Amino acid sequence: MQQKMILSGNEGVARGAWEAGVGLGIGYPGTPSTEIVETLAKLEGPLVAWAVNEKVALEQAYGACVTGMRGLVTMKHVGLNVAADPLFTIAYMGVNGGLVIAVADDPSMHSSQNEQDNRWYALHAKVPMLEPVSSQECRDYTRLAFELSERHDVPFLLRLVTRVSHSRGLVEIDTAAGYRRTSRRYERNVPKFVVLPAHARARRLVLEKNLANLLSDPEARGVNKMEITSSEVGIITSGASYNYVKEAFGHRYSVLKMGLVYPLDGEIIREFAGRVQRVFVVEELDPYLETHVRALGVTCEGKKYISPFFELNPQAVATSLVSAGLEPLERPDPAAVEPVAGIPARPPILCAGCPHRAFFYLARREKVMVVGDIGCYTLGAMPPLDGIDVSACMGGGFSIALGISTNLPEGEKVFGVLGDSTFYHSGITGAVDAVFNRRPIVPVVLDNRSTAMTGHQENPGTGRTLDGEPTVMQDPERIFRAVGFDRVLVAGAYDLEGIRNAIREAKAARDRVAIIVKAPCRLLKDARRGPAREIVTHDCTKCKNCLRLGCPALSLKEGGYVAIDTHACAGCGLCEQVCRHRAVRVKEKGGTA
Amino acid sequence: MAPTKRVMFAGVGGQGILLASRVLAEGLIRAGVDVKSTEVHGMAQRGGSVVTQVCFGERVYSPLVGPGAIDILVSLEKLEALRYVHFLKRNGTLLVNRREIPSLPVLTGAVTYPRDIEERLASFPVSLCVIDADREAERLGNPRVMNVVLLGALVRLAGLAGLVDWKEVVAEAVRPQYREVNLRALDAGMHLV
Ligand code: SF4
Ligand code: SF4
Repeated sequence: MQQKMILSGNEGVARGAWEAGVGLGIGYPGTPSTEIVETLAKLEGPLVAWAVNEKVALEQAYGACVTGMRGLVTMKHVGLNVAADPLFTIAYMGVNGGLVIAVADDPSMHSSQNEQDNRWYALHAKVPMLEPVSSQECRDYTRLAFELSERHDVPFLLRLVTRVSHSRGLVEIDTAAGYRRTSRRYERNVPKFVVLPAHARARRLVLEKNLANLLSDPEARGVNKMEITSSEVGIITSGASYNYVKEAFGHRYSVLKMGLVYPLDGEIIREFAGRVQRVFVVEELDPYLETHVRALGVTCEGKKYISPFFELNPQAVATSLVSAGLEPLERPDPAAVEPVAGIPARPPILCAGCPHRAFFYLARREKVMVVGDIGCYTLGAMPPLDGIDVSACMGGGFSIALGISTNLPEGEKVFGVLGDSTFYHSGITGAVDAVFNRRPIVPVVLDNRSTAMTGHQENPGTGRTLDGEPTVMQDPERIFRAVGFDRVLVAGAYDLEGIRNAIREAKAARDRVAIIVKAPCRLLKDARRGPAREIVTHDCTKCKNCLRLGCPALSLKEGGYVAIDTHACAGCGLCEQVCRHRAVRVKEKGGTA
Repeated sequence: MAPTKRVMFAGVGGQGILLASRVLAEGLIRAGVDVKSTEVHGMAQRGGSVVTQVCFGERVYSPLVGPGAIDILVSLEKLEALRYVHFLKRNGTLLVNRREIPSLPVLTGAVTYPRDIEERLASFPVSLCVIDADREAERLGNPRVMNVVLLGALVRLAGLAGLVDWKEVVAEAVRPQYREVNLRALDAGMHLV
């Protein structure tokens, strides 16, 4: 029975994978991709797990696929950088069971550190890539990708963007279809699965043949669609940009929608160009399609009009192409109002009672240089905490510090700060290198027992797997000792004195010292929640010292006093410890703040 | 063919924006129109500013539109109304909850929360409607249903009240123990405008 459901793009991918009988769904959490694995986990049948990082996820899924199971791997765009090593070689080796890698880009960097355009990975690694435009296509293309992957012996990339992953729309699904795990026979095949140089050279040629076969497969070519409605103007586009083009121009101009963005079907592009007088290419981020269309000898215009950075939208597309002489359905109306300037920003902040706050507050006061990492605690860089000097990528917190330590004045130390999930992701190697190369950094793990930023996923330190099963609970302290640290100073996340002492001790130490700051994320069920605090105005000297904690429950009131919003207060007690005038106290029941 | 209508919600992480926009979308689907919506998660959840868009009509391609293209902006907080008002079309509808949530620079005293937001909003070429949804929700005994109060007001303002049985849509979207209060919130919102 066909039924319509409203699904996000991510839910569509999970649904498609489930219908395709996927055996293993695995990924590393990262906005905007996280809900694919989470949705799949709620469906009966497949094995679903969080891996420690994206490379491990891809390799596991590949292993499953060698045995004949279908594997789905998910990650955010930068995760593919981590998984790139196996990706390039798996393309040569080919598959047994189908392998689909869903990777979600984040144009405009809503929740990311860059806006890399992952279509280039497909070209670079020679891995076919499908790009859906809607939740319906997310479901359809995922199913198709598994079929094509097995038929042509290639892994498949499925490229999503924030506005596809996190958009919701109608999806027609077959409710009668149940889950049936797809499985193929495994046969030992050393020339295929062991990439010795001699084997790899042979597989390199097989890959070319596989890609050529794929490109002559009517089902693969079928996802590239021509909509000929005008002989005057034709627009070549793909993914979310297709939505913007259609919203802006409706059926006014002809459109070629490329569903298969690698390998590109030059035939359909040439045919399309032959049927219109002017060709435009509309795509978000890099001129990926445009470069290829031009290489085919087709005259076209694209980035001359369309912005090469940040997210597009229908109005931006319309406005850009008006200058090229195109006529949108609705003339973009100048907004009723210009953007209002000079209003207070509303940046994200660490929650009231967040276990990361104290460390950054003290790091600033103890004047240590801090290299941060990716997670909630990156917010420790924001004023007033202002506690991070450098932060680039996941797992880089220790390693960048290693380099900084080579050029510091005698006796100074740099601190590298990771979260627990990041530590297991790829941070541990930096700690090993610190010992190996005798670099005097102080590695710090802010252990909140969760992957908090992306919505509290399990990780090797939480003691539970994705499906809630108990498992070994890793302990950063034992890991530090095992790799060669002489001492590991453990401080409670709300113990200001303890953390300060640990920082000072580590700074002065001549042996290898690591620090762990411990307390569960405040949003976890079993998190400590103390009694709310209040400020006795009578004792407040308006020194504003507590405001430097950047706690959202504390605010400056008229007259220069500070007050605590007792509903927002998590009772962590930091402000009480920070106040030298003893103006902060536990709120008495029934009293007024 | 009826032109596509576009609604945008703005507010602060934790105010219940996602639920409000999902219920709106669900109701519209039941009414048989095409709907696409978009949300931004992630960093935005840590008390940052959050927006969603819901577009509906006979055939909707894009869930996202740019400045100057929104028909109705619903802001769950006053400062956010000011931040996103330029997304509205000329003469668009602006529904604002009379609620002030100081952002971090305000909390620390680096800047002050603008005092004249309502006057400034009233001076723009949009049709403005300000309600106190928080007070209404508190009166109903659960401050968290503020989002549904606003949803009720939106449904009425947008002329969608008769489209589907919104009570049924809301009832199915919330946990059974909160059904009653949410239905009363919806009703209260409808009567506020
Ligand atoms: S979610 Fe947890 S770790 Fe993240 S800011 Fe809030 S309390 Fe801190
Ligand atoms: S005790 Fe102080 S620092 Fe902690 S949450 Fe409450 S107001 Fe914020």
